[in-house]
Order: sequence, then structure tokens, then C-alpha cells
Amino acid sequence: MGALTELDLSALWVSVRLATITVIVLLIVGTPLAWWLAHTRSRLRPIVEAAVALPIVLPPTVLGFYILIALGPYGPLGQIAHLSLAFTFTGLVIASVFYSMPFVIQPLQSAFEAAGKAPLEAAWSLRASKLDAFLTVISPIALRGYISAIVLGFAHTMGEFGVVLMVGGSIPGETRVLSTTIFEHVEVMEYAQAHAISAFMLTFSFLVLLAVYITNRRFPIHVS
Amino acid sequence: MSRLLACFDVRFPTFHLNVDLDVPLSGITAIFGPSGSGKTTLLRCLAGLEQAPNGFMRFGNDIWQDEKIGLSLPLYKRPIGYVFQEPRLFPHYNVRANLLYGYKRIPVDERRIVIEQVVDILDIGHLLERHIHKLSGGEQQRVAIGRALLTSPKLLLLDEPLASLDIQRKQELLPFILRLHQELAVPVIYVSHAITEILQLADRVALLKDGRLVGVGTLNELLTSVTYRGSFGSHRIGAVLDTQIVGHEPQYGLSQLEFSGRRLFVPLQSSAIGQAVRVHILANDVSLVIGKSNAPTSVLNVLEATVQEIREIDHSSVEVLLDIGAPLVAGITRKSLVTLGIKPGDRVFAHIKTVALNEEIID
Repeated sequence: MGALTELDLSALWVSVRLATITVIVLLIVGTPLAWWLAHTRSRLRPIVEAAVALPIVLPPTVLGFYILIALGPYGPLGQIAHLSLAFTFTGLVIASVFYSMPFVIQPLQSAFEAAGKAPLEAAWSLRASKLDAFLTVISPIALRGYISAIVLGFAHTMGEFGVVLMVGGSIPGETRVLSTTIFEHVEVMEYAQAHAISAFMLTFSFLVLLAVYITNRRFPIHVS
Repeated sequence: MSRLLACFDVRFPTFHLNVDLDVPLSGITAIFGPSGSGKTTLLRCLAGLEQAPNGFMRFGNDIWQDEKIGLSLPLYKRPIGYVFQEPRLFPHYNVRANLLYGYKRIPVDERRIVIEQVVDILDIGHLLERHIHKLSGGEQQRVAIGRALLTSPKLLLLDEPLASLDIQRKQELLPFILRLHQELAVPVIYVSHAITEILQLADRVALLKDGRLVGVGTLNELLTSVTYRGSFGSHRIGAVLDTQIVGHEPQYGLSQLEFSGRRLFVPLQSSAIGQAVRVHILANDVSLVIGKSNAPTSVLNVLEATVQEIREIDHSSVEVLLDIGAPLVAGITRKSLVTLGIKPGDRVFAHIKTVALNEEIID
């Protein structure tokens, strides 16, 4: 860590902030979506599932390109915001939400499928309203799914590069994250710093996955 | 007496439920029928767990569902206790927390049933601090029943609560279910395809077949009726009598039961005088005698009866429907019928060779 500069530390802070906010947004948006996917009989289900899984197979530059267009002053999101969201932290959060969505949705969906509707009906029969039953019965039963979703969503956002480069542009303190910092260090031949950050990311990623696999053997984790 | 009214006409992909149910809200009403006849679906409709586009349901004076005006109370707003086939206990809570889950969610002034009562009736006091996965199947189902009771329900729906248990556990749990409605006075709707459970528990039976109600009546009416008795299996033909223990004769190893002013002797019972006992008398255990009531016989249970109806069964046997203050069926040969020369309205004596007691009615 001694090799990290002030700029590197600010990149670490941006990365952590980005990953935290992205995971929070994804839990709020993802819980109802994952619940719907787990229990719907709608014909739309495979279409939505495929759309959610797209970031796993799509080159990050493709996703980044479309999000960049959407965020720009003439894109739909830019129109709503009345200004260009490209190259801003907010834009980066929006991009990360799409990019990390499958890593949050899939563990939640598996957990909800495993929990089934039976405990929910039991809770209703005991006078628990729908929200009450979800909070006191389903979410504890799906707790491991939530742990997977949080850890994977966080780690995957920490590790994103292509989308960040396209949408964020690596502005120090605003959109420059750890992964883009490594790239820039290498470009100017600062191998010691690139080494330090890379080693940190490698260790961090391994420990995160180790933690997931140790605490969670029940729900399959779909990592591409 | 207040009644439960329910009309459902629901088409499922593989099956059509079409029932028009009207039963009094008292005692145990059994929904009986073969597997796949729609019993569980009907129960789920009563609970509001199935979409029933034309459904209507009235509980006493309260309308729970009237799709014409777009009304269907969700399950959590119906005062129903529901015990599913599987216990469905919450794995992240211990037994006590499971029991109190519903109790905590009802208003304090609606708590008629308290935890001590339920623990006592279901004998689960020693389990309270245990984790769910440390319980046997029977224990889990008892906790599930207790959990439902602690919402002080106005109606208890039981969906084959014994189905997943072995015969010994079944016999253990049956008395608990009987005590539920005797001690807590909660009307019960009990779904089962097991005739033994029906014989032991039901006050009244709704026969379901292919999604339709084919008959509703007291257990005895259906058991002794020509139309419906086939549904119960031919070896079950007979009558069920609800009696009370009125005396013990330990010197003879006998107890005396009473029903409609008549008395029956059965082997000595351990239950106290005044306790309710249900007995089952099979048609083949009843023979008929014409003559004086004081004619000596080794048969202990001789009851005066009126012949109500004679039914042809096959070329060698007939069935005689008798009135002994309750319906009773005697299975006799056609030759005996000719010898006795009895016809409807005649007075006869029914000699009852065996009185099967509640707990002896097993598969």
C-alpha cells in the first residue's frame, strides 16, 4: 500500500463509493424484479431474464457505448436530467447498475425460487401483510442469496473497466476508479504502482469469492 | 346457527372446480374424496389463496368474497387458521417464535386463545426453545396447528395434516385435533382422503368428486345412505354413534356408554365418566332377532330398533336400515330376511356383536 499516491487513494474511494451505491440501488430495484422472475408465469420472463444477463456476455464497450449515448445531452436519460450525465459520477452509477445487474438479480432469483411461496402463504395465514411476510419470512430465508448478491454486486462493480472508461472518462476524484488507474499507471510506465493496485484487486477479489463460497453453498452463483 | 356459504366455479388447466357449499359453522366438517378430486383446491379457495373469478363466500354475516363487486379479502385479513399438508414452520425461528408469529399480529382484545392453552392441548411445552429442524414430523405438525390456533381463528382449515405422518403419529395427533374443537369451540374444515380419519373426527361430511360436491350430510347420514356409502369403501358400511361414558364396571372389565337414551357396553375405558366416545358399528356385526326383549342371550348389546328400509345388495345378502335413536345398518342374508319376514315399520332387536371404539378404527 505504501506505493499508493493520493490520486490512487481517491480512486479507491470513488470505487468503494460507486460499488456501495450501485449495490444499494440494485437491491432496491432488484428485489421486486428477482421476485417477479422467480414466481411469474408470464411469457415475458425469458425475455427479461436474457436482458438481465446481457452484461455477462456483452463486450463492456458495447454496453458503455449505448449508455454513453443514453446519458448524453440528447439521450433519453440526459433529457430527463436536462443535462449531460456522461463523465459524471451519477452517470457512472447508472452504468454500473446495468453492468452489475445480473450479479445481484441471479442470486436473489435463485434464493426466491428455493424459498418458494409456501412460507409466504403460511405467513399470510398468520395475519402478516404482504410486506410484513416478505420482510420477516422470505428475506431471512433468502439471506444467503442476499449475501451473494451484495458481495458479488460490490466486487463486480469494483472490477469494472470498459464501461467506466466509456462512460466515466477517468476524471480524478469524480469518475476515476481503481481499475482505470492501473491502466493509466501502465501507460506511463509506473509499474510499481500498477503492481500495488493490481495485487490489491487480486487479493480483494479472491477473498470476496472465497467468502461467498464458504458462507454460501446452497445457491448457485452464475459467474461467467 | 351461523353458516358458511361458498360458491366457486374455477377452471384450472387440468381440472374444473365447481362447488356450492353450505354448512353450519360448528364441529368438524370433513371434505372427503379421492386424490385429485379438488379437496385442497377447494380449501385454498376458501382461504382466498386461489384466483376465483366468479367466487362468492360468506362466513356467518361477513362477506369475504364477492367477485361481482370485486371483493376478495386477502388471506391475512380473514380470521382463518390454516394448517397445510406440510408443517411450513419458519426455519429461522424456534418453536416459541413460530407459535407467537401470528399471536403477535392480532389485536390484544381478539386473543381468545393463549399460549398456555395451546401448549397444554398439543403437549408441546418441552419443545418451546427447540429449533425447528430438531423436531420430528409429528412434533412439527403439532407446532403448526398451535401456531394457527394462536391467531384465535374463527375458522380452522386443516389440509390433510396427518398425511405426511406414519400410522403411530397419526394416532397420536388425532386426539389433539378432537380436543381442539371440543375445548376451543373453533369450527374446523378438515380435508382428507383417509376414511379412518373421517370416521374418527367428522361431524359432517362434504363428498367431493372430480371437482364437484356429490353429497353433504352428517357422517352417519352418508355412511348409512345407499347413494353415498360406496364412497367410503364396502367394508366400512355401518354406523357411527357419538356416545358418552356413563359408568364403569371394572369387576367385569366393562364400561357403559349412552346415546339417545340407549346404552352400550364396551371394554373398560380409561377415560372418565362424562367423556365423549365415538363408536363405529359395522353392518356385519349386527344381527336381528324378533321376539321378547328379555330373551336370554350372551350378546351384551341388544337394542330395540325399528326397521326403516330394506335394501337389496346382491342375490345372497340384504341390508336393513334400522332406527335406534340414530341410524344403524344390519347386514343379513336374504334367507334370514325371508325367515324373519320383516318389513319396514316392524320392531326388532339388534344384537351387536362388536362395538369398535374410536381408537380401534384404523386401516
